[in-house]
Amino acid sequence: MRLDVRLPIGLLFSFLGLVLTVFGLFSDPEIYRVSLGINVNLTWGIVLLGFGLVMLFFGLKRRAS
Amino acid sequence: MNLTLIDGVIIVAYLIFTVSVGWVLKRYTRTSKDFFQAGRALPAWVCGLAFISANLGAQEVVGMAASGAKYGIATSHFYWIGAVPAMVFVGLFMMPFYYGSRARSVPEYLRLRFDEKTRALNAISFAIMTVFSSGISMYAMARLLQSLHVLDFALDRFHLPADRVFDLSVILSALIVLAYVLLGGLISAIYNEVLQFFLIVAGFMPLVFLGLKNIGGWQGLVERLPRGYTHAWQGLGHPPTNPLGVEWFGLVMGLGFVLSFGYWCTDFLVVQRAMAADSMEAARRTPLIASIPKMLFPFLVILPGLIAIALPNQPARQAPRSGERAAMAISSPLGQGIIPAKVDEKTGRPELDADGRPVLDYDLAVPNMLLHYFPAGLLGLGLVALLASFMSGMAGNVTAFNTVWTYDIYQSYIRANASDAHYLWMGRMATVFGVALSVVTAYFAVRFNNIMDVLQLVFAFVNAPLFATFLLGMFWKRATGHGAFSGLLLGTSAAALHQGLTLPGGAEAGLKGGWLGAVVHQYPSQMAQNFWTAIFAWTVCFIGTIGVSLVTRPREEKELVGLVYSLTERISQKHQVWYKRPATLGISVLLLAAVLNWVFW
Repeated sequence: MRLDVRLPIGLLFSFLGLVLTVFGLFSDPEIYRVSLGINVNLTWGIVLLGFGLVMLFFGLKRRAS
Repeated sequence: MNLTLIDGVIIVAYLIFTVSVGWVLKRYTRTSKDFFQAGRALPAWVCGLAFISANLGAQEVVGMAASGAKYGIATSHFYWIGAVPAMVFVGLFMMPFYYGSRARSVPEYLRLRFDEKTRALNAISFAIMTVFSSGISMYAMARLLQSLHVLDFALDRFHLPADRVFDLSVILSALIVLAYVLLGGLISAIYNEVLQFFLIVAGFMPLVFLGLKNIGGWQGLVERLPRGYTHAWQGLGHPPTNPLGVEWFGLVMGLGFVLSFGYWCTDFLVVQRAMAADSMEAARRTPLIASIPKMLFPFLVILPGLIAIALPNQPARQAPRSGERAAMAISSPLGQGIIPAKVDEKTGRPELDADGRPVLDYDLAVPNMLLHYFPAGLLGLGLVALLASFMSGMAGNVTAFNTVWTYDIYQSYIRANASDAHYLWMGRMATVFGVALSVVTAYFAVRFNNIMDVLQLVFAFVNAPLFATFLLGMFWKRATGHGAFSGLLLGTSAAALHQGLTLPGGAEAGLKGGWLGAVVHQYPSQMAQNFWTAIFAWTVCFIGTIGVSLVTRPREEKELVGLVYSLTERISQKHQVWYKRPATLGISVLLLAAVLNWVFW
């Protein structure tokens, strides 16, 4: 059984999502002036983290079966 | 705006990850079939995403936003007319022959269907073109990174002068693509392309969201732009009444039929992804699945261009001097929206066109949008999306090159009966060789820009007639090898002749046409001229192939089973659930494309 492509995708996106989310939580609100005042790091980080985890879930489920 | 540590972390994580995927896949790559064909064991959705990702090179992401800014929503013709129908066609009608025959590559199909010389012509021209395109991709990426000053800080850290950014990005991108293709072959390239697909979407979606929100949604965009910008078909009755300068017939036949089918149905770069699928059904579904995101891509890559031109002009800021650790949107008082005017490198003054208006540097639309809207953190992701698009295009060319070189040139003309291990070794060597040649091409492009333009023109001549050959080969059993070969030569000559005798309005004789001395016809725009060159080439190849075939000896019918439509058993779709059948999928995709055309009429 070869590597399921969802595993690397899940890993990378979970990592990127986590980094952005944490950074979004602790960053200076001043930097969001460019993004219309929206903390895009936090919101988009959570979305990417969610996507990464879903990919990981399906990749691992496939592997277990 | 400085590129901060967080952006660096994201970019480095991506780069390390790309190579690691190749490293993990290395142990699955034992035979030449694994290396060149990904073992023919991938599910349709993976191949499908790789299918469009391989095509999402630099020209796509940066170039389509640029033409969005230049021509408006009419750019979507390159997707809804210029890609989707051809993708449906290749999936429904052509994949059975590519996948079903014993061919391992597109040129090899030509060998089975026609003869050795037709294959040689196609294989050699294709091999040269792939190396060339990946070199151009490298060059474009290096130029972009150079003008954005985003890597300057890295050089600064190692006390290197900032003007080495070009070298750094060429070498870095070459090494990374080399590493992951060398390790895992096609499967590694495909996995990375799927990854890159998601990264491109992840990097561009927030950009479109922020841009649209800023400008007041689609309605706000429409209000700020001239009317022609937000309609795809209005004004296409006559060339002067639309931004493309083309009439509908030239667009539909030239772009929608000849160029689009010639690329999506015959270019091994994309077809190779579908041929890596694990079954005939999956291979047929690959381009169909790919056509769905392809159809939606205009919203991701064209809209940023439209928004960039529609924004209020930006106050002029000093462009960062080299050595300064700043990455900021390049702006100039003569630009429009956040698109700056082109600056002449020698004089430092803005370039002006014939009417004295500044020439805009449309290629900076996307990078400037990223720098305009993204804070630290997301900016790293946006740059990763850009890098991903460049690299997927490059890797696509490299894998197509090593396969065609090894199977169609090396195994056919240099060493025929070697062991499988030897061809696997050759494939790896070809990868190294191909990447090295691309680097040479990238540097060549810096020094001899004109020669590159000439080469690009020659490739356009070679490609234009291709689809006529494949169409006749697959659907007319009487077509012969001599017919196909002479048809291709005639078609290419017709393209050169047509281009050499015509000129787009306002241009002077030279690369843009008219180099044969006389100008027989003036086209309203260069795009119209290109489309008509393609139409001429295709028609001449079509007629030439038929003519020569009729006077040469046809092949025995039993030799053509599995290669020609009328002699091949139809694939039954009965055993599949109705919604999984290629025909259902194909028709739904076409309907959806029609709806999009209607909405943006």
